[in-house]
Amino acid sequence: MDISLMIALFVASAVRMAVPLLLGTLGESLTERAGNLNLGVEGLMMMGAATGFIAAYHTDNIALAILVGMLGSGFGALLYAILTITFRTKQDVTGLALTIFGTGFANTLGKSLANQNTPPAIREFAQATPLHLPLEPVASLPVLGPVLAFIDTAFLQHNWFVYLTFAAAVVGWIYLFRTREGLHLRMVGENPAAADASGIRVIAAKYVHVVIGGILCGLGGVYISVVNVGTYLENIVAGRGWIVVALVIFIRWDPLKAIAGSLLFGALEIVGFRIQHIEGLSSIPVFSQYAIDMYPYLMTIIVLVITYARKKAYQGPAALGVPYFREDR
Amino acid sequence: MTDTKKVPAIAMRGISKAFASVKANQDIGFSVEAGEIHALLGENGSGKSTLMNILSGIYLPDSGEIDIHGERVIFRSPRDSMAKGIGMIHQHFKLVENLTALDNIIAGTGHGLFIDRAAARAKISALSEQFAMGIDPDRRISTMSVSEKQTVEILKVLYRGSQILILDEPTAVLTPQEITHLFQILHRMRQNGQAIVFISHKLNEVLSLCDRVTVLRQGRTIGTVRTDLTTTTELVEMMVGRAVDLSIDRPVVQGSGPCLEIEGLSVLDTSGVHRLNNVGFSLSHGEILGVAGLSGSGQKELCEAIAGLQIPSEGSIRFHGNEIVGKSPREIIKMGISMSFIPEDRLGMGLVASMDIADNILLKDYAFHKGPFIDRKAARTKARQIVSQLAINTPGIFHTVRKLSGGNIQKVILGREINLNPRLLITAYAVRGLDIHSSYTIYSLINEQKQKDVAVLFIGEDLDVLLELCDRILVLCNGEVTGIVRASDVTKEQIGLMMAGESLQEKEVVL
Repeated sequence: MDISLMIALFVASAVRMAVPLLLGTLGESLTERAGNLNLGVEGLMMMGAATGFIAAYHTDNIALAILVGMLGSGFGALLYAILTITFRTKQDVTGLALTIFGTGFANTLGKSLANQNTPPAIREFAQATPLHLPLEPVASLPVLGPVLAFIDTAFLQHNWFVYLTFAAAVVGWIYLFRTREGLHLRMVGENPAAADASGIRVIAAKYVHVVIGGILCGLGGVYISVVNVGTYLENIVAGRGWIVVALVIFIRWDPLKAIAGSLLFGALEIVGFRIQHIEGLSSIPVFSQYAIDMYPYLMTIIVLVITYARKKAYQGPAALGVPYFREDR
Repeated sequence: MTDTKKVPAIAMRGISKAFASVKANQDIGFSVEAGEIHALLGENGSGKSTLMNILSGIYLPDSGEIDIHGERVIFRSPRDSMAKGIGMIHQHFKLVENLTALDNIIAGTGHGLFIDRAAARAKISALSEQFAMGIDPDRRISTMSVSEKQTVEILKVLYRGSQILILDEPTAVLTPQEITHLFQILHRMRQNGQAIVFISHKLNEVLSLCDRVTVLRQGRTIGTVRTDLTTTTELVEMMVGRAVDLSIDRPVVQGSGPCLEIEGLSVLDTSGVHRLNNVGFSLSHGEILGVAGLSGSGQKELCEAIAGLQIPSEGSIRFHGNEIVGKSPREIIKMGISMSFIPEDRLGMGLVASMDIADNILLKDYAFHKGPFIDRKAARTKARQIVSQLAINTPGIFHTVRKLSGGNIQKVILGREINLNPRLLITAYAVRGLDIHSSYTIYSLINEQKQKDVAVLFIGEDLDVLLELCDRILVLCNGEVTGIVRASDVTKEQIGLMMAGESLQEKEVVL
């Protein structure tokens, strides 16, 4: 196998691995921009993964699988929203509870389907490559041929779910920084009292974005179980929800930077995965299964330290984690 | 109301609002004409804020009716109030620091998915020009001065085409020059036919700016008078319910010599910016040295440096000739230096809100006890003494500090510090948010200390008070001393210029 093909395949895998991280990061960015820190991402992804897989397994319809996954995670996000926005419970504790709840909920629901595979129509959707280039006519061209082949292998052999996720990041950025609602959302997260005094519906904005944010996280879960793995496994999200919480800080609550951040961590996951399969390497302690499982989190810590050290950059919504009550003075 | 008679912009009748058992507003009547600047006066707890919060849709009244330009309205949220053209400028600005003036101004207005910033910019520039405001719409709020932020708040209200503007103590944070500028803007708005409600404690301003005054006391309307037919004395009497002597004494005290000498004092913040830069002054016993300056000019750092809470990067602080830089706060307290700093939220520094009065007094007292156990009895005696001496209004010394009113909380802090019999008393914003009566109690307490040969560093906000109470005034601007002047030799305007950074070379009194 030539080196450029190897790199292209590696990039392609990184792109696929980035999808759940990107969806989670977009969702959590939206939630945090509304001033709510939701530590329940892991739980929401689990809920999406389980409910989506159940629907996929029984209906063999990707649209229904996605819809049910959205409903499942939306339900979890709504619980969190009611508790933290209306009852003003502590956001961090509520988020942790949601992670525990979501994981338990998903494992209970998914127990009977453990190790089952997705049915044929879903598998066909997951394996389809709608943007794949017909390269035969140009394959022999000197420079263009290999370049196009690389681009095709790395970026154009994915399913619709992958493309729509990256498109969602762009739409998210436009929404946040170019639209009226986006400005209102940012105001709510920075200073809800100011937003309220400007006539913005603070509580409504929080509810909408926390629930939509939670649904995006859940879609990350749907992607993992239904589209990417195609088999239901216990604890299938495997800690990605926690990486998302850190990624949001790393990407400074910016959907466009989220693309780069999730690709970086997606690539790291692939590196770890590949190293495990190199003969003899796993007997060396630093490359052992356990060490490799640890690296994404180690990287997360390093990234957080670097991010916090750069004081000049955006440090997040000013009212993040603070419940809003109009009559508080 | 018939067509022949002018319809008032605001007409509130029979407004009542109770919070649990407290009747904040009882049957209040309040009416403002279009093209009028109407002052709303009253001591703390008189119901001004409640009334204005009802008008701006934050509270729903229990009973009563509101007509805006003759139309009956019920406000359930700030949106409703805003839709009727009412704009409120809060004492603590409601602006997002991280966003530009433009984004803050347009937030919550307009329709459609995308924002037409060019059109908004043009409209803001036109308004800014019409009212001579001079605001760059693309600047971030965090880079603006207090006065500029306030102007943005006013622009925000004008941008929405509001016909009614409520200003809650707008001048508290401004220099005299900035106040003049604000008044010019308000005059133009009055000419435009807008109705303005002006809430202020400063009676001189009320008399010079406003057309009429409505006075509230204990949740009731006492009366509405025309400013050209009334006097400060009459207004105070209406507010307090009896005549109050408004002059502040400045007793002449023959002090026993120098107390505090500060030279070349500099304090850096965590990002290496000078919060105090080469500050130097001296303070004698039996003297009150006032510190004037816009908030955040280094007052807090100065207090903390003297109290040992901040380590200066350079300079010396000598107390009776002994260097105290490098000493711990406790050592400094034991030398006889007391500080009472009233931060904006009052409880942030100095008191533990959830503890009772006795325990809060014990907090400073226990350090002087011997042995491992705490002597609560002594603290309780002291607490009782302070409560009766300062007439603190509390059910008892075991009452949680948080539940006291602002004035009483401040009396507890000041009482505790005075009780330690300090040689140097540092007091910052001692009358912040206090009503007239409590403020004058505090002034006389401070004068008493001066007469006891204590050196007092008085960090204040109200220039009129500083000029009357203090012997000398030190002016801080951006952490630098722009002048130390004898209070009897300067005018408010001169101090204002120094606060804005102009040093008053020829008038400087070097002592």
